[in-house]
Amino acid sequence: MRGTMTVFRRELAGYFGTPVAYVFLVIFLILAGVFTWQLGGYYELEQADLRGFFTFHPWLYLALIPALSMRLWAEERRSGTIEFLMTLPISTGGAVLGKFLAAWAFTGLGLALTVTNWWTVNYLGEPDNGVILASYLGSFLMAGGFLAVGSALSALTKNQVSAFVLTFTASLLFVLAGFPAVTDAISGWAPDWFVASIRNLSFLDHFDAITRGVVDARDVLYFLSVIALFLFGSAVIVDQKKAD
Amino acid sequence: MIEIKNLTKRFGHITAVDDLSFRVQPGEVLGFLGPNGAGKSTTMKMVTGFLAPTSGAISVCGHDVLTDAAGAQAAIGYLPEGAPLYPDMNPRSMMRFVGRARGMAPSRLTARIDEVCRLVHLEAVMDQRIETLSKGFKRRVGLALAILNDPEVLILDEPTDGLDPNQKHEVRELIRTMSAGKVIVLSTHILEEVEAVCTRAMIVAEGSIKFDGTPAELRGSSRFAGAIEIAVASDHAEVAQRDLAELASVSHIGEVVEAEGETRFVVFPATDAPLLEDVQRVAAGASWSLVRLAVDRGRMDDVFRTVTTGQSAQGA
Repeated sequence: MRGTMTVFRRELAGYFGTPVAYVFLVIFLILAGVFTWQLGGYYELEQADLRGFFTFHPWLYLALIPALSMRLWAEERRSGTIEFLMTLPISTGGAVLGKFLAAWAFTGLGLALTVTNWWTVNYLGEPDNGVILASYLGSFLMAGGFLAVGSALSALTKNQVSAFVLTFTASLLFVLAGFPAVTDAISGWAPDWFVASIRNLSFLDHFDAITRGVVDARDVLYFLSVIALFLFGSAVIVDQKKAD
Repeated sequence: MIEIKNLTKRFGHITAVDDLSFRVQPGEVLGFLGPNGAGKSTTMKMVTGFLAPTSGAISVCGHDVLTDAAGAQAAIGYLPEGAPLYPDMNPRSMMRFVGRARGMAPSRLTARIDEVCRLVHLEAVMDQRIETLSKGFKRRVGLALAILNDPEVLILDEPTDGLDPNQKHEVRELIRTMSAGKVIVLSTHILEEVEAVCTRAMIVAEGSIKFDGTPAELRGSSRFAGAIEIAVASDHAEVAQRDLAELASVSHIGEVVEAEGETRFVVFPATDAPLLEDVQRVAAGASWSLVRLAVDRGRMDDVFRTVTTGQSAQGA
């Protein structure tokens, strides 16, 4: 626990010690704004809600989270600081969790800064704030899922670009698994249980369910399981690969 | 105490460490010598719990590294090879990070940061980003992190690499002053360093121990130990060599070098012979005169080469 907190503090401070944090936050906020007010067709729909904003979150994360998660372990392995870190009396699991939580908290900060969108719709109309709150929760959980996948794949390589490409591809699969184009393509020939399983694996499916305003324990549990599974995988990979 | 039993590490079909067994007691400063790729760093990585051995057992202060890595790591201060550090941090934040990770109380941590910073002379750069520091400073930051919580065991992989002669001297002084009651293992390529700081020298090559003894024994096991280097004017060199070769205490004469009208050669003693007395007596009554005479204490680089390659250094 002490190790997790120590790593968490260092990592979070580390984001702000480099331009990465500011670049990420600025791009995140610009894109979030563009998606909400322009591409989301907010004014055309004449509806005071943030559906447009949240609909784009999976795609926003798909592009930005691999850029954030790629350095988690790849950089430590490349520069050799992993030897310094892993010979401190900190468990591998503790270090994996600390790094993940710092990245998650950082993404949470980006998400929290979009709260101006929420104020704006409240100023312009009377949105269902329960739905918006649920959507924020869903978005945050989904970001955690992306980051956990990114953490595991970052541990696989010493090269940040490889980590980015791997994470982007894996995340794309997780998102697309619930995309109608994909489910339609396999529903023709695959048995129903298979199509349902694939759909169930999708970030999109579970995220959509939450943004409708229904926080189902199963959807929350899904994201938490994805996070737990990939963090466990990260710890196994770090242990295996740290000295390579 | 560090106790290593039958430690072996294989990478694929390459055996980096081959059935190594030794103990290091508190108060000992063990100098780990060996050519590049001899398995020094690999052994250190295994002792610090970074690398899992293929087989064998390691115990550090009673903690089995394989089953209780964190326990062992809590007792060890480690300077990894190349002193890797986070480039975006500064020495102070790096020390705070290590102190917290080691569970040091905040007041003790603050006091130790000041103390350690003074010991390794980091005052001027404490708040400067590590990526902007010179190699010498980085090495000293690494050293500061290793000694931060005054650990019982110090493992230092090439602690003076990249330092200038003055800094090397200071680091050796530091290691010497800290050594009381501690277990210190350091690796180095510099043979003089072993004599300067270590109480025990160990040469490893091809993954196994080739020599284990005090630095004096290491030097003494050189074929040059007790030999006498003599310089005479080149005109008299042949006569001088002939006169000396007749002595019963001389086994043979070798390493002849001629330069600038002067010839130097080494007179090797027969076992336990009073060589110096005999040489002085002969020289006093001879037609030739000595330009210089020096008794060799033994040459570490010679032993090193003999032990690690089976060949002896020529003309060293």
